[in-house]
Amino acid sequence: MRYATEFRDPAAARAVLAAIARTADRIGATRARPVRLMEICGGHTHAIFRYGLDTLVHEGVEFIHGPGCPVCVLPMSRVDEAVAIAERPGVIFTTFGDAMRVPGTRRSLMQAKAAGADIRMVYSPLDALELARRNPARDVVFFGLGFETTTPSTALTIQQAAREGLGNFSVFCNHITVPEPIRALLDDPDMILDGFIGPGHVSMVIGIHPYDFIARDYRKPIVVAGFEPLDLLQSVLMVLTQIAEGRAAVENQYARVVPEHGNRASLAAIADVYERRPSFAWRGLGEIDASGLRIREAYRAWDAEEKFGLGYAAGARADEPEGCACGAVMTGRMKPPACPQFGRGCTPETPLGALMVSSEGACAAYWHYGGARAAAG
Amino acid sequence: MCLGIPGEIVAITDPERLMALADVSGVRREVSLACVAEGPLEDLIGQWVLIHVGFAMSVIDADEAAKTLEALRALGEAQEAMEAMAAGQRALEEPR
Ligand code: SF4
Repeated sequence: MRYATEFRDPAAARAVLAAIARTADRIGATRARPVRLMEICGGHTHAIFRYGLDTLVHEGVEFIHGPGCPVCVLPMSRVDEAVAIAERPGVIFTTFGDAMRVPGTRRSLMQAKAAGADIRMVYSPLDALELARRNPARDVVFFGLGFETTTPSTALTIQQAAREGLGNFSVFCNHITVPEPIRALLDDPDMILDGFIGPGHVSMVIGIHPYDFIARDYRKPIVVAGFEPLDLLQSVLMVLTQIAEGRAAVENQYARVVPEHGNRASLAAIADVYERRPSFAWRGLGEIDASGLRIREAYRAWDAEEKFGLGYAAGARADEPEGCACGAVMTGRMKPPACPQFGRGCTPETPLGALMVSSEGACAAYWHYGGARAAAG
Repeated sequence: MCLGIPGEIVAITDPERLMALADVSGVRREVSLACVAEGPLEDLIGQWVLIHVGFAMSVIDADEAAKTLEALRALGEAQEAMEAMAAGQRALEEPR
């Protein structure tokens, strides 16, 4: 019994698993007709695989892995544009390490660095700002990536650059938002979802009310969850309980970290620096209305798209690589091992699709933990 | 990059820019307090915060910090965050 050793509080885990099983039985969920729950956040996907939660819960509960890994949904065209900026003479291109191996049509940032571009992995946009201070003769560009958890950090960094008048710093903005893709998935007639596990750290910034439409308009339960295994199990139970009681509400399992109305300072910085793009492309999901952010006019001096005259407005689009099933996996239509490229053309060392790149991607999670799981029987 | 890591605020380094020194699993790193600075900055010294890409995003209690760190270690995310911090430091020094 693996959870006896892996869970900090095995007795509590066992009790929640038993309650999940009772509730699943009560609503008539079976392996053939499962309740389908989407965990939106890639951190949750990672935790579900790490602890084998999908195999521990009642067989009538199926996890569908959502689009909540920012590097996984980054479209190829944006990687191409990042590479093009990085290859300009005089540019220092800075990025989170996660983005280095995401494939572009021509090359990844990793390959561009090997070919001589000055690309540096940083931990924080503040590191990029410091690089700009230390290298006044160079153009320092930060690859702004991520959902609402990282959006405040680039907004605050741009505000700081503006205060200091640092003209050699800019952000290549690819920030995306969580609620809009959920709406797109709910509007997809092929997508059958019964409830959601909501992201914890994104919600720490935006609060729980941006999800109100899921319960109100689509009548689906959503529970914002922490990412410890017990948090996830409790959240699954809360969603199932809502279904059993015929309710649909937004509930907060992670209230110890997630304030109902989010983080005021973060939201103010985001609103000051960013505005919504009419639409943004998601790898595997296509264009989604109002799902991406761009830098406002007032801060255009720090917008790399403006500075280098490329970017989303310039309009180059690239298709996904041949034979890649990322879209089907991301919308829960296919499990990773069913992709013809899985483990063949596509491995974490040489990823073909972005879901193989990051530990939060569903394919990489299957790859890393699938073997161990088979061995554990 | 998406999961925050707990750290303890040990000193205020630049009150004007709201910067502080945090101890993250024994490694010290400058972080921004812009998202958690509601009262006097000094009040945050000794507090635990959840740090995302160099920004303290939420004040948490010591018990929550310990549990979160444990969960992050099990996921390998704590090691990843520490490596990213070290890489960030190297990036500043890389001569070109
Ligand atoms: S195995 Fe690779 S190509 Fe196939 S869906 Fe996963 S990431 Fe995409």
